Amino acid sequence: MNASHTSKKIEVEKLLSQKGTKYIVILSILIVVLFVMNLIIGSVHIPFDSILDILFGNTVEKSSWNFIILGSRLPQAITALLCGAALAVSGLMLQTAFNNPLAGPSILGINTGASLGVAIVMLFLGGSITAGIFSISGMFAVIIGSFIGSMLVLGLIIFFSTLLKNNIMILIIGIMISFVTSSIISLLNFFSTAEGVHSYIIWGMGNFSGVSTEQLPFFIISLSLGLLISIFLIKPLNALLLGSRYAENLGINITRIRNLLLITVGILTAVTTAFCGPISFIGLAVPHVARLMIGTSNHNILMPTTLLCGSAIALICNLICVLPGETGIIPLNAVTPIIGAPVIVYVIINQRKIQYFN
Amino acid sequence: MKKNTILSAKNISIGYTIGRNKIKTVHSKLSFELQEGELISLIGPNGAGKSTLLRTLSTSQALLSGNLSFKGKAISSYSEKEISKNIGIVLTDSTQTGGLSVYELVSLGRQPHTGFFGRLNNRDNEIISEALEAVGIDHKSNSYMSELSDGEKQKAMIAKVLVQECPLILLDEPTAFLDVVSRIEIMNLLHKIASEQNKTILLSTHDIEQALILSDKLWLLSKTKGLQCGVTEDLILNGSMDSLFNKKNISFDTNHGVYYPNINWKKKIIVTAANETLLHWGINALNRHNYACMGIEDEDTANYALLRISSKDNVEILNPNKISSNIKDSKLQFNNFESFLEIL
Repeated sequence: MNASHTSKKIEVEKLLSQKGTKYIVILSILIVVLFVMNLIIGSVHIPFDSILDILFGNTVEKSSWNFIILGSRLPQAITALLCGAALAVSGLMLQTAFNNPLAGPSILGINTGASLGVAIVMLFLGGSITAGIFSISGMFAVIIGSFIGSMLVLGLIIFFSTLLKNNIMILIIGIMISFVTSSIISLLNFFSTAEGVHSYIIWGMGNFSGVSTEQLPFFIISLSLGLLISIFLIKPLNALLLGSRYAENLGINITRIRNLLLITVGILTAVTTAFCGPISFIGLAVPHVARLMIGTSNHNILMPTTLLCGSAIALICNLICVLPGETGIIPLNAVTPIIGAPVIVYVIINQRKIQYFN
Repeated sequence: MKKNTILSAKNISIGYTIGRNKIKTVHSKLSFELQEGELISLIGPNGAGKSTLLRTLSTSQALLSGNLSFKGKAISSYSEKEISKNIGIVLTDSTQTGGLSVYELVSLGRQPHTGFFGRLNNRDNEIISEALEAVGIDHKSNSYMSELSDGEKQKAMIAKVLVQECPLILLDEPTAFLDVVSRIEIMNLLHKIASEQNKTILLSTHDIEQALILSDKLWLLSKTKGLQCGVTEDLILNGSMDSLFNKKNISFDTNHGVYYPNINWKKKIIVTAANETLLHWGINALNRHNYACMGIEDEDTANYALLRISSKDNVEILNPNKISSNIKDSKLQFNNFESFLEIL
């Protein structure tokens, strides 16, 4: 009995670790490649060795290239990398916590709540501030507004989830909250100045270029903090797959974990929304892509895979956005639904065949 | 052989709070004990409070009043982590575990014992493999949970609670929705675990049949009579089973251990048979056709028809004209129940 036990045990462990590491390695390589492509591709052609020179701190022929790489493309690539990871991980945590495969920061209205917070600061408190150029204190106010907005909506969603057991109803509540929040934003826009409205609209289209080099450290630290907490939530998230009663019996303090989870989602969505505008579909679709790819709901592998997938997809979206070159930049929120919506439709149509849906 | 008491309750009240201040008491002044190494079935009508009682014992729901102690200490003094290593539950809740393999699901039961990311060491893997083998689904350990039948899913949940290594396991209707083979397999498995691993297993069930066969003790819970605990055979023989479901048209057959509806008899017939089995099933068929059955010594055989069952393919009716005046023969013979029941 012992021999067959040991061999079966090894078999299973090998299987589990193979599933995970293969995809993590592939995704990591892909991300490096995409990151480099994001530095190379742009409206101004800069040769690759010059890019390397600039990154290593050496001087190059044109000083404008220095600014383009270090001041524009590098921050944009880092922003895309972290935003993609942050949104994807938020989506995954919401889907597990609410036991709802169709949950996500935008569909539950959290993005819209954050937008309302931003709108209040920009239009109500800020007067005419042009998008992309903020003083640090102004930007800080925007982030606080964004955080409060997203936490308020999260609080509402939790409240309704204690009243309603039906998952579809929670999504509809989220959509209703989105509508109400959008109307308030419309009102704010109506009573604001032309420049204010313009700033807000441009911000609302979503882009990864909103983080200046001075703001980059704060951006990196806050999102990394959120992602780090998410990694620590892997074990409780696995327990939550069983439902709150079983999870409680396994020693999980449901209230404490749920609060920690929601604050983390709040931080991740608030910071991304404040700097990059409300980005839809990455939070909703990427966890599904990850689950279909690796074939498991085990967060030990699913969380890192979702994180890396999110980064990869965001970098791809950023490339698509800068494709037109001199003629301009495609808004991010025009690209993400084209990638995200087909994934969701595929999952819904095939739900009977998909194991994690049953 | 005297067994250790693992859980004891003195005058506890169970129930829940509605809104802010209102308390709904489901049962009060309950006192009982649970011993190690026993399988106890909790039986009672719907709404009697079985689930409330189980939730209170698992500390998922608050105790309203009274003393509940586990292994000698008040249960409220245990931390969440300690409870998770001592009391395990199996429910019929739906889960999101379809995408997990059976092995991964069962390994979730090790969470109270593992570290930060739930990483499993060799000892953990050994325990998991043993549990999978004990419940009989080790051949499916790499399958997805969504691919299992309902019976197999329940076995996986039982394996999960086994690897939690708890001395007390509570199950809320573990065999609901399962076919008779799965029901027997699972009850048998629970009985084996209780006696071989010296665990205390308390389950609520509507499967009276298997409960009476395999339980060491019964807990009968009803709104009107509260909680009655005792060894299975004692409760059957002292009539407690009969009064459990307080309905006038349902009775408990003490011989066969089943509940049956009282017949609405319109006619009478005398029955005699070659053995107990034929007699029992003959009466069963006649009751279904609204006939009250009498013994051959009871009544005047001339006034009623007499049914004589010699074997399963030899059934005779004497005085069949008492059943229907159209019949002119003095004796009818049939070679199965189907043809004889057509006469009635």
